[in-house]
Amino acid sequence: MLGAIVKRLGQMLFVMVGISVLVFLIFFATPGADPAARIAGRNASPETLAAVRKDFGFDRPLPVQYALMMNRLFITQDLTSFVNRGWKVVPAVLDVAPVTLSLVVGGAILWVVGGVLIGLVAAATRGSILDRTLMMLGLVGVSMPVYWLGEVMNLITQSRFHDSWLFAWVPPLGYKPLSSDPVGWFLTLVIPWITLATLYMGLYGRVLRANLVEAGQEDYIRTARAKGLSETRILVRHALRTSLITIVTLFGLDFGALVGGAALLTEVVFGLQGIGKLTYDALRSLDLPVIMATVMYASFFVVIANAAVDLLYVVLDPRIRKA
Amino acid sequence: MTDQAASPANLAGEVPAPSSRVGRGPWATALRKLRSDQAAMAALLLFLVIVALCLLAPFYAKYVAHTDPFRSTLSGKIMVDGKLVPIMQSSTEGLGLGFTPIGPTWDFTAYFLGADGQGRDVAARLLYGGRNSLVIAGVSTAICLFLAAIVGLVAGFFGGTIDWILSRLLDVLWAFPVYLLAISLSIVLISHGIDIGPISINASSLSLPIFIIGIIYVPYVARPIRGQVLALTQSEFVLAAIGLGVPSHRILFRDILPNVMTTLIVFVPLMMAINMLTESALSFLSIGVQPPAASWGTIIQDGQEQLYTRPMVALAPGIAIVITVLALNILGDGVRDALDPRSKLRIRSA
Repeated sequence: MLGAIVKRLGQMLFVMVGISVLVFLIFFATPGADPAARIAGRNASPETLAAVRKDFGFDRPLPVQYALMMNRLFITQDLTSFVNRGWKVVPAVLDVAPVTLSLVVGGAILWVVGGVLIGLVAAATRGSILDRTLMMLGLVGVSMPVYWLGEVMNLITQSRFHDSWLFAWVPPLGYKPLSSDPVGWFLTLVIPWITLATLYMGLYGRVLRANLVEAGQEDYIRTARAKGLSETRILVRHALRTSLITIVTLFGLDFGALVGGAALLTEVVFGLQGIGKLTYDALRSLDLPVIMATVMYASFFVVIANAAVDLLYVVLDPRIRKA
Repeated sequence: MTDQAASPANLAGEVPAPSSRVGRGPWATALRKLRSDQAAMAALLLFLVIVALCLLAPFYAKYVAHTDPFRSTLSGKIMVDGKLVPIMQSSTEGLGLGFTPIGPTWDFTAYFLGADGQGRDVAARLLYGGRNSLVIAGVSTAICLFLAAIVGLVAGFFGGTIDWILSRLLDVLWAFPVYLLAISLSIVLISHGIDIGPISINASSLSLPIFIIGIIYVPYVARPIRGQVLALTQSEFVLAAIGLGVPSHRILFRDILPNVMTTLIVFVPLMMAINMLTESALSFLSIGVQPPAASWGTIIQDGQEQLYTRPMVALAPGIAIVITVLALNILGDGVRDALDPRSKLRIRSA
């Protein structure tokens, strides 16, 4: 067990170093333009360019530049923006992290619960109209651009039907901190959570249904049936248990994709000032240090989260534990 | 399906088949199966109709709507129900200083879906944008599958150090959240374009999003291909070929490539669907297709400002994306069932 854990942690460190090198190369060594001009932003003065060159050590060899960069990103954390002069980037990223986490964790809970329910209902009513409708809706969910769905949600809840009894409770766009206003926090996030979950709920339902149907042919299910257990009990207590392994694996993968992609787009559409919105604003003003910091911190978070899921596996799965 | 030696075609050559059951090759069998899949065929038809409509964009703009969808038209009036209506109407909201573009006229000859914030015909832009979205999705899929096939074949077949290096590279790319990778590449390339010796790509060129989207999903295809090649390399017919002294490039192209071809084809519609969503997201974030060119993603972004007054600007391209991607996903399911019914292939969606 210890060996497996050490191996997984080693792999995690390797991937983190790999990603940092890749990000560094993309931002500083892509041929085409002077990296200083990229960092300084639009229409930078020659003085700013000179300051950027000195600041990032562009007159020194690449490995030194890399070390300088990593030092400023993670150790001294004093990387500054040149578009908003003197703005410290890393604290800004860490400050808004709770917003992104609130969005992602809530959405994830909703989509896993919803996905499991859809999968169970579809598998239990296999071949029926309900089953087919759920599966089709799942496919539609996967086919929707999440930011567009968000806009449609805004159109419905903020504008067209805001005055109806159904959506009168929806607060204006924005984020309220959990510590100072728990009710406001919850209410502002409900619609973003639903938007985010719609994307994945159907997909999880589809995968789970396929797994449950496959599990239905296994010997242990026949045994359970021979014991005279009810169909519900067989489905929930026997078939679901093994099928959940796939869901956990998927969850580990999608969580990363979500933090890096869908959550960013959702934040932009709902005006939630999280890491995604920060990245978006930086994209619009071509503020590269901010983008570099958000990309690096977000991908490290994803890598660590994935490793944590795998480690949980090692602890949970007796086959790996004993090996 | 993975072993060609046992395919019905080869057996049928030796045993005279009864006339009612003519032996078919694996491709013909798959095609027959796909043809009998009604949902997949309907999806294919729908997709082809969308492609055809988007190809007709210049025709529609010039001869039907009589408009230039790339030039802003802030003044001007059109006839609606016998009345002359300005394209940009004075806003009645707020201070009354802004303008509200004309809403949908539901008349194909002028502003069918209304105008955007610059008075441009949304319906015409939708068709032009669809062309770009489809081209980017298609070409980036081709690039992605080509690169993934090379990486997967080389890593799986040659093994050893090459495999180790390629696999570690794939590990890193795989763990890197795709959108963050795309954002990093886009912001660097789109702010200044590429200028490497003889290769010079303008920052607003379509080839930048194509190239970026083509690269970021390579690990998702290359990994399963590598695994399959690794298994094939241990299979008896490949071992026999090696034993007979067949040169390795011949084994790669004649024995292994045809067997991973089915996997590659299964990926085509699914990757196109994912690439289309990725392109629209990048364009929405203003780091994909650059103005004045349009794609469905950029039109949704154009429509964001008038979401509550003229929702059709943002709604229409979104509906177009949903229909196209849904058609590709249904087709993808059908192709997978036909070619690789036992496969567990699944692509992560972002």
